[in-house]
Amino acid sequence: MRIYFVKRLLLMVPTLLGISLVSFLIIHLTPGDPALLKLGDSEQRSGNQLLAAQIIDETRALYGLDQPLYVQYLRWLKRILTFDFGESLRDHRPIIDKLKERIPVSVKLSGISLLFAYLISIPLGVHSATHPYSIGDRVTTIVLFGLYSLPNFWIATMAIVYLGGGDFWNVFPVYGLASPNAGSWPWWQRLEDELWHLILPVTCLTYYTFAVLSRYMRVGMIEIIRQDFIRTARAKGLGERTIVYRHALRNSLIPIVTLMADLLPALLGGSIVVETLFSIPGMGSLSYEAVNTRDYPLLMAIFTLSALLTLLGILLADFLYTLVDPRIGYEKSATA
Amino acid sequence: MKRAQRPEGYWHIVLRQFRRNRVAIAGLVVVLLLFIIAAFADFIASDKPLVMKYRNQVYFPVLKDYAAWLGVARWETQFQNVSFKDFVASNFDKRDWAQFPPIRYSPNEVSLTSVLRPPSAQHLLGTDDVGRDIASRVVHGSRVSLSVGFVAVSIYVLIGLFIGALAGYYGGIVDMIASRMIEIMLTIPTFFLIITVVAFLPPSILNIMIVIGITNWPTVARLTRGEFLKTKSLEYVVAAKALGASDVRTIFRHILPNTIAPVFVAATFGVASAILIESTLSFLGFGVPPSKASWGSILSNARQLLPSGWWLTLFPGLAIFLTVTSYNIVGEGLRDAADPRLKES
Repeated sequence: MRIYFVKRLLLMVPTLLGISLVSFLIIHLTPGDPALLKLGDSEQRSGNQLLAAQIIDETRALYGLDQPLYVQYLRWLKRILTFDFGESLRDHRPIIDKLKERIPVSVKLSGISLLFAYLISIPLGVHSATHPYSIGDRVTTIVLFGLYSLPNFWIATMAIVYLGGGDFWNVFPVYGLASPNAGSWPWWQRLEDELWHLILPVTCLTYYTFAVLSRYMRVGMIEIIRQDFIRTARAKGLGERTIVYRHALRNSLIPIVTLMADLLPALLGGSIVVETLFSIPGMGSLSYEAVNTRDYPLLMAIFTLSALLTLLGILLADFLYTLVDPRIGYEKSATA
Repeated sequence: MKRAQRPEGYWHIVLRQFRRNRVAIAGLVVVLLLFIIAAFADFIASDKPLVMKYRNQVYFPVLKDYAAWLGVARWETQFQNVSFKDFVASNFDKRDWAQFPPIRYSPNEVSLTSVLRPPSAQHLLGTDDVGRDIASRVVHGSRVSLSVGFVAVSIYVLIGLFIGALAGYYGGIVDMIASRMIEIMLTIPTFFLIITVVAFLPPSILNIMIVIGITNWPTVARLTRGEFLKTKSLEYVVAAKALGASDVRTIFRHILPNTIAPVFVAATFGVASAILIESTLSFLGFGVPPSKASWGSILSNARQLLPSGWWLTLFPGLAIFLTVTSYNIVGEGLRDAADPRLKES
């Protein structure tokens, strides 16, 4: 077990180098040429030409854009490894401090969202698979298919219009994660307040993940149920419940767990929209602000860290993988 | 010598299977309809008449507009820079007539006398904060969504096929490098990557297409690589090589046609997600320039007017939903047709 994870960790090194290289290449898209400015996006957004020129100078100095390429890359690599991303162009606070405030919020949000998605989709998928083509299965399939194609920014906007105290109902708070004066409340009230604030954003963040997971769960389960060892279990005279939950479920969980590697990046991406619309101070809304103010160093830091976080998530999925499927472990060459 | 009758080709089987699937056919019809709407947007929603008769002469102002844009014709001096609606109202007499398109507004036609009107007979889907007709904007917005979906996916399918084919066919070091690249790209949250790149570029449709194109190729590459690995040791490929076929010929003539079905399926789903990405970007204000009508930018406009103006939110959102669902239905149908094993489940 330990050997496997050491191997896996070592394999992360080339991936990490790759991520640093990709981000390094993006930095080189920085408008370093003043002529480019005239074409004009930065100066429109930041208000005046002087400020834009200042941004360029600072960015140049920060990344040492006047040095030879390999020197620049090594410097960038060193910065990533030491989490030194410089200062925000906007308020000159160290970027790492800003991120320290924001990351826990996003991790909490995506964590809750993932948890809910798995908790609901597994039983739902199992039910659909064990009752294929029943009315329940058909309805679920159609609803899930619809959820799959709904843009989350639209759902979030509609939720704010209809449930957030506009012309229609006022059911849920749509601003931040706590009421303004919640600080002085006892802990149970604060908890209730936070849960109330979380309902809409978590729903908007979760439904897509949930739809994907349920569909995979159903297909996976149906495939497993048709296999020989399930027939054997039936022939042995085991109860349906034992067959489904002890034999079939465990095996169909494997693809679902690996899916996490694909879902995490999507979830982090979705947080940009959801956090911005609900004014939640996480990484997503921070990156929205960073793009709007053309805060390049901040943007690069967020980008690099979100990739790192995803990498950690994948590692976690790998770990869970070995828990669900005891066959996978030491010997398996970790090239997947 | 008489040629032996060819066995039914793989694509024929797929098409036959697809045709049996009524839902998928319905999805395809909707997609085609959307393309027709996008192509003929100017004939559906425009402030110029389709046909008009003025002083015993027949004019086709919408067509003329195209000709003028192409530079092959010039506007008659009397119609230059003229609002046809005002022109009809003030200059027409009994014998003259004009036939306008079903929606008599251009997407960028500002009218400060009818601002933020809810849906009515005059403005079917209402108007926005500067009096632009939402119906017209939704019709014209289809152009952005459909073209971004199509072009972006074409870009990344080409890149993905190329890299995946090389990796799967040659194996060894080529495969190792390509696989690492795929893994790295898959690790990076795509939407963060897109947002980051977009921040460095001026907003334009072309940039959005390119950015979506160069950030989404890994899924296609992974698929293609897998298919090539499966296929390259099959008898017919070995036979082709034994007959002296070059690598290029083996890859493009023999392996690719038999591996492209899953890629095609992935591409159809890809179009759906590219449309979602474009509309999300435009919604956040990082996509198409604000003046350009796109479903995302109408919604972005609606967001600033929250919580009032439900029609600004509802209709473009429905348009996105309809388009994305149709593509997904077609993709689903194609997948079932290409892989009958899945269909039974």
